[in-house]
Amino acid sequence: MASYPEELKYTKDHEWARASGSRVTVGITEHAQEQLGEVVYVELPKVGETVTKGEPFGVVESTKAVSELFSPVSGKVVEVNDPLTDSPATINEDPYEEGWMIQVEATQPGDLEDLMNAKAYVEFIEEEAE
Amino acid sequence: MDDALNARAMEPRQTPLHPAHVRADAKLVPFAGFWMPVQYGSLLEEHQAVRERAGLFDVSHMGEIVLTGPRALAAIQRLATNDLAACAVGQAMYAAVCNERGGIVDDVVVYRRAADDFLVCVNAANRAKDLAWFAKHVPEAAPRDEGDDWAQLALQGPRASAILARLTRVDLAAIGTYHFRDGEVAGKPCIVARTGYTGEDGFELFCRPDDALALWDALLTAGAPDGLVPCGLGARDTLRTEVRYCLYGNDIDEGTTPLEAGLGWIVKLGKPGGFLGSEALARQKAEGVSRKLVGFTLTDRGIPRHGYPVLLDGRKVSEVRSGTMSPTLKIPIGLCYLPADRAAVGQPFAIEIRGRPVPAKVVPTPFYKRPSV
Repeated sequence: MASYPEELKYTKDHEWARASGSRVTVGITEHAQEQLGEVVYVELPKVGETVTKGEPFGVVESTKAVSELFSPVSGKVVEVNDPLTDSPATINEDPYEEGWMIQVEATQPGDLEDLMNAKAYVEFIEEEAE
Repeated sequence: MDDALNARAMEPRQTPLHPAHVRADAKLVPFAGFWMPVQYGSLLEEHQAVRERAGLFDVSHMGEIVLTGPRALAAIQRLATNDLAACAVGQAMYAAVCNERGGIVDDVVVYRRAADDFLVCVNAANRAKDLAWFAKHVPEAAPRDEGDDWAQLALQGPRASAILARLTRVDLAAIGTYHFRDGEVAGKPCIVARTGYTGEDGFELFCRPDDALALWDALLTAGAPDGLVPCGLGARDTLRTEVRYCLYGNDIDEGTTPLEAGLGWIVKLGKPGGFLGSEALARQKAEGVSRKLVGFTLTDRGIPRHGYPVLLDGRKVSEVRSGTMSPTLKIPIGLCYLPADRAAVGQPFAIEIRGRPVPAKVVPTPFYKRPSV
């Protein structure tokens, strides 16, 4: 059964965001990794690069599909989960913890406000499935 | 035709094994007019199972066209690039069917069931086109569409033979590669052919549609101790790419010739009487091909995908035909056409991925070769 932690915020592109002060950690959701299948390739920005809310910041690919990653916040990348490059399957195994992708120093504090909470996200993916 | 009828006409068909796929919770996609399993669970595990143990595929979507009678041999010789006169009864041959320009109408496997009886296994997407092509060019042989009369199961992998042996009295050791016999498997009459599309040892079983489910279940049960798993089209595609088997519609089509695709070995220009496309192919062979299908890997990170631009000296020269991350080799691999004078192993070029040129180089193929036993 897919899980959607209460403390996270969710985008319509199936990323999650976890805020700790102005630091925001970003990954993809359980639903996203299920839809994509086994991740065999990931391309992430480098520390110091800027990301923009709603714009692509990287790519995850399974054997059959390519999926762009869209940033839920604007800001500067302060940490990147580099081990994912060599073990992209971590994104399938543990999307919310070990499978995190980037950490951003957010420049727009309000960026997360229009994202969905867990309940709204679950409703959203149910609607999408119909 | 009203919309409801149209919708019905568009709805993909089900293979005789559909209930098994639904039961196994396979991910089903429309493919060449059929609901086909793309994967049952993990594509990578299915791929690995075939390389290391065994996998079972539903390939009932493939078409069968039969030519029989006194004009059958002449007809198949006219249609196919390979020399079916040299194909013994009980033997199968890979061949291309070409148009007058040498372009590939389809790539097929011809099973010679008797001196005057040829079963041509054709690509699912080409069933109607091939039948029309055959009917147009060899009407005297009255080509017969048996596509709905056969289900087809592919049992592939190093354990395939041992698994199949538990269900049949057919002497499998006596069936060489690209040979076949009639026999019973799990009590069901089958053509037992040592053919496949994975680069592994294995068998393709042609059976009656009504027997397909029982045969599928019997094989999975018999193979369970060996780790036999059902496999979908996803693994079928990565397996065939690793061994550089062409996929019609990707690597070859009516705009490409077998000589360009590296399939010169199935083009028998010396065959008496020639064949459809033989003049064009003889001309191309004499002049030399202007482009070649090559295997490549990327020398930087990325995965090449069908349709990505191929850049040579910074200029787009073609597009990626097939590409994937090789599950066995764990490197990006792909096939594309390059100018013939720039197609040697080691040739550097680039694949444009999301607007960025990623360096690539031509490598020897097949990318993967099964360990010799």
